[in-house]
Amino acid sequence: MRSKRRQWTAALLWTVATSGSGCAGVQSALDPAGPQAARINDLWWLMLWTCAGVFAIVISALVAALRRGRAQPAEDAETERKMTKVVAAGVAVTTVILFAFMISDFVTGRALWSLASPDAIIIKVTGHQWWWDFEYQDPIPSHRVRTANEIHIPVGRPVKLEMTSSDVIHSFWVPNLHGKTDLLTGHQTVTWLQADRPGKYRGQCAEYCGHQHAHMAFVVIAEPVGQFNAWFDNERHPAITAANAGQQRGQQIFMSRTCMMCHQIRGTDAGGRSAPELTHLASRESIAAGTLANTRDNLKGWIVDSQRFKPGNKMPSHDLGDEDLNALLDYLESLK
Amino acid sequence: MSHRESTLDVSHLPGYAFGHRSLMWWGTLGMMVIEGTMFAMLIGSYLYLRGRVPSWPPGAKPPDLFYGVLNTIVLAASVLPNIWYKRAAERLDLKTVQIGLLVSIVFAIAFIVIRVYEFRALNVHWTTNAYGSVVWTLLGMHTTHLITDFIDTVVLTALMFTDKIEGKGFVDVSENAFYWYFVVIAWLPIFAAIYLLPRWI
Amino acid sequence: MKDRELLQLEETWAEPRGFIGWFKCVHHTSIGRRFVITAFIFFLLGGIEAVLMRIQLARPENTFLGPDLYNQIFTMHGTTMMFLFAVPMMEALGVYLVPLMVGARNIAFPRLNAFGYYIYLLGGIFLYVMFFTGTGPDNGWFSYVPLAGPEYGPGKRADVWAQLITFTELSALVVAVSLIVTVFKLRAPGMSLNRIPLFVWAIVVTAFMIVFAMPTVALGSTCLILDRLVGTHFFNPAEGGDVLLWQHLFWFFGHPEVYIIFIPATGIISAILPTFCRRKIFGYTPLVLSLVATGFIAFGLWVHHMFTTGLPRIAQSFFTAASMMIAIPTGAQIFCWIATIWGTRPRLRPPMLFVLGFFFNFLIGGLTGVMLASVSLDQQVHDTFFVVAHLHYVLIGGSVFPLFAGFYYWFPKMAGRMPGDRLGHWNFWLMLIGFNLTFFPMHQLGLKGMPRRVYAYLPGMGWGGLNLLATLGGVIMTAGVALFLINVFLSLRTGEVAGENPWDAATLEWATSSPPPPFNFDSLPIVAGRDALWDMREGHSGSAAPAVVTGVRGDLREVLVTTVLDAEPDHKTLMPDPSIWPFLSAVATSGLFIGSIFTPWAVPVGAVPVTIALIAWFWPTRKEHLERIEAEQDHGRTPAPPAEPVTQGQA
Repeated sequence: MRSKRRQWTAALLWTVATSGSGCAGVQSALDPAGPQAARINDLWWLMLWTCAGVFAIVISALVAALRRGRAQPAEDAETERKMTKVVAAGVAVTTVILFAFMISDFVTGRALWSLASPDAIIIKVTGHQWWWDFEYQDPIPSHRVRTANEIHIPVGRPVKLEMTSSDVIHSFWVPNLHGKTDLLTGHQTVTWLQADRPGKYRGQCAEYCGHQHAHMAFVVIAEPVGQFNAWFDNERHPAITAANAGQQRGQQIFMSRTCMMCHQIRGTDAGGRSAPELTHLASRESIAAGTLANTRDNLKGWIVDSQRFKPGNKMPSHDLGDEDLNALLDYLESLK
Repeated sequence: MSHRESTLDVSHLPGYAFGHRSLMWWGTLGMMVIEGTMFAMLIGSYLYLRGRVPSWPPGAKPPDLFYGVLNTIVLAASVLPNIWYKRAAERLDLKTVQIGLLVSIVFAIAFIVIRVYEFRALNVHWTTNAYGSVVWTLLGMHTTHLITDFIDTVVLTALMFTDKIEGKGFVDVSENAFYWYFVVIAWLPIFAAIYLLPRWI
Repeated sequence: MKDRELLQLEETWAEPRGFIGWFKCVHHTSIGRRFVITAFIFFLLGGIEAVLMRIQLARPENTFLGPDLYNQIFTMHGTTMMFLFAVPMMEALGVYLVPLMVGARNIAFPRLNAFGYYIYLLGGIFLYVMFFTGTGPDNGWFSYVPLAGPEYGPGKRADVWAQLITFTELSALVVAVSLIVTVFKLRAPGMSLNRIPLFVWAIVVTAFMIVFAMPTVALGSTCLILDRLVGTHFFNPAEGGDVLLWQHLFWFFGHPEVYIIFIPATGIISAILPTFCRRKIFGYTPLVLSLVATGFIAFGLWVHHMFTTGLPRIAQSFFTAASMMIAIPTGAQIFCWIATIWGTRPRLRPPMLFVLGFFFNFLIGGLTGVMLASVSLDQQVHDTFFVVAHLHYVLIGGSVFPLFAGFYYWFPKMAGRMPGDRLGHWNFWLMLIGFNLTFFPMHQLGLKGMPRRVYAYLPGMGWGGLNLLATLGGVIMTAGVALFLINVFLSLRTGEVAGENPWDAATLEWATSSPPPPFNFDSLPIVAGRDALWDMREGHSGSAAPAVVTGVRGDLREVLVTTVLDAEPDHKTLMPDPSIWPFLSAVATSGLFIGSIFTPWAVPVGAVPVTIALIAWFWPTRKEHLERIEAEQDHGRTPAPPAEPVTQGQA
């Protein structure tokens, strides 16, 4: 009776836990958009079904063991011998399954590293508390493109990420595309990525890095080659000159306050590198490392009191009059 | 249990025993394994840090050999009175034990004093770099063992000069010598790590 | 045994009374009981921390706990559960049960054992005082650098954590040594190594693992404090140090640590199954070999916690292989246990229910462990809620459920009363359902992208539903634990009085009253097989083999020391008297440890009271001296000449 109840409980748990959530998702390992996540996903399902089978068999054996026999069994040598054979067979089957898993892992591992190619895009990633610094590499230094918290990649082309951290350990993880790799202080780690279909794939820091670890996200936008080239060309250009009085005033405010000490805007005097690069801020989807949508209101709130959204983060609050604040926002919104 | 069951009479067994028959021996061995593991991990960390830089030692000369070698000789020599009084303890020879312990104390003072000079001859400070940190920690941990073994020995010596002499006391003396061997033998790989590795690797 | 002899034993072994007397107790049952209760209190504290986290995560961007407090709480939860509950609880059970199971009157090195308890208690109090005054550690239970280093971890929080490690590892080490020596040297005659109960084997393997693993984390935490306090550079990449060195040092300890927590639980299973199935355990030898193999292999897995750090792939492959391989001895154990149950129709009382709960939950945890052993898959789910699910399935499923089984099983022995059955059933079902509802959804959460150690998550992520479910499960599980507490309370007051052996079990702890007297056994038993009491019962009629030991003095705290392999009587020794010095030494040592997170001078200055206390501990009183002389010169013997083999049995 009790064993039946336990089986029912198990079934209920499975159903409840897996119902209504599905596999698809904007940050889901079960919704692969690239070859590596796809291989890992395949391995996952193989292991899941096998393990579920093992689970079912062992629990069935346990249930059978509980229900058979009488209260005082005979412990004769014959039964013990049979039991020994069964146990030995169980150990043997376990070993075989583990070997199969091991081989599957090695084969998958090789595939994961097989993206290496000389025509890859190389991006240098530097982790900071609590944002992502990206720099598209190029042999010519002036062709390098620095941006923050959002990268675009062309569909179907491998991307090599050379990563390090400027402070504590972080971890770069965009589950739709690949497993994670840590960003270590004093080391360089390397990983490869590729997207096989266009889309926006969210990533998040996956190594506890202090107060705002929970709000250190980024997005990888995979797009067809034409679109990517257009984006990249735009990124390469320095900031658009301020067009009207409001924007100019805003730029002046930016350059005369502490903003320029931390934030770089290429083409201006603002060359600080300890905060996200802002040259094309207005073209980004989100601000504060994926925490807030990139809207005027959110930007205003962030400048005035970023601690409200991300307590403990390193951006100071700024006390600006309404006019100045609007001018500054005009300027920032012009940075397309 | 009925008192009319057959019994195993152990009343004739001795009230103490030496070597691995005693509980103290096993406790001392446990201590050696624990400390030994710690030293092994520290030496492992030393080698790990070595692998991270192109040249070794980084930013410093290797430690001067003189005091290190001198102390190694003194430590090795201290084993002799140890063996002597350990055997005396197992013979329950109080006089020899007392003299042996006193001689050991003299040796202990000698190598602690020389150890001070060793620190000064390391040619690096613990705040200089990771190499300095690991070398000072290695030498420092071993020095802690020298000091605690010295204090142990002094206390035991004092006890052996009181009128509270008993078989268990002799077992403790024997175990003290046993632990002393460990402190000396553990020194050898540490000596190699601090003084020889910077010259070899 | 005549009543006169019993009265003498009672007088000789009486535990000191009164307030001061409480601090002088050194008998293993007194210390063991305190150990168990203290560890359980920390379990409850850790549980409260878990509930707080679950409330915060129940919905997106919740404002119940801010980041600073949340980060401290998840650190305190992990630190409390791993260092102040799990390992101490297993050692506590060992301290209470092992001397009884091997037929000894006390644990080896009783004062050292007491010291181990006080150091643990004081360390735990220290941690919580610091937490309640705003200096709780907040870098996770494994405190990675550089986050915990001098540059990014200002204040004393990381130092508090590092020093707690020192407290708990010192405690674990001294208790481990006491347990090993007890099992090696104090067993009842006839209890050769191949006859010791499996629980004792599990404790021995665990103790050895502690001896080899704990010094590494002690070294690591020392290096961390040195970096933070006096300017060393072990983990500073700018000066030749390495952030990964911390991870290696920590996980070299950290992986064996989880097996230190799991292996004693397997011992509990192996103790309970024969009793409730009314047959001897199936596969004693394979089970022992599995324990030893697991203990060894556990030291070769640690890099699987570092699969995402960019280590050379060939190294990673080795650790994948080893991490999968360890499932083989574990699987062997599970199959042997099922074989034990086969055809026996066990009584499904609370201990057995929790054992079945263990099977169900631990199996899930073990299988996800095999998944995590794969580097490729691990790279997706490492540091996500998938791992949180896995670790709770193996730790709660694999250790807490067996612990509860053990609580119900040994409650009569420790408390003298039977635990309530009906409440026990409710306790079990609420814990089983609550536990699975809490943690099963987390597998999905991890796969859907939710990382660990996040105090909040955005609404659009689609994680809200599963998180809410997990929180509800947490509430149910809490109710289950609460029922356990109520059951304990009620059973202590009105439970059925327990006899010596209410479960009709086979091991020696059931051969004495419940609870045992301070001298453990009226007569020292002799053992002739693996299932001591069952063998005695069966072989009692007509057997001429001796059943009890005589000749060990009852007027002094004398015990019999036997040989390591065959437990043949070798010599006798006196156990130390109760003493205040283990407690005072622990206080002095705590002063040194706590002071040293504020200034390095605390070490030489603090060493003075420690040295004084230790000398006072060791220095024999006149009474002790006279007793030893008398015991050694018993029956007119002068001290035995050295290096002569004992006439009875070999060393």
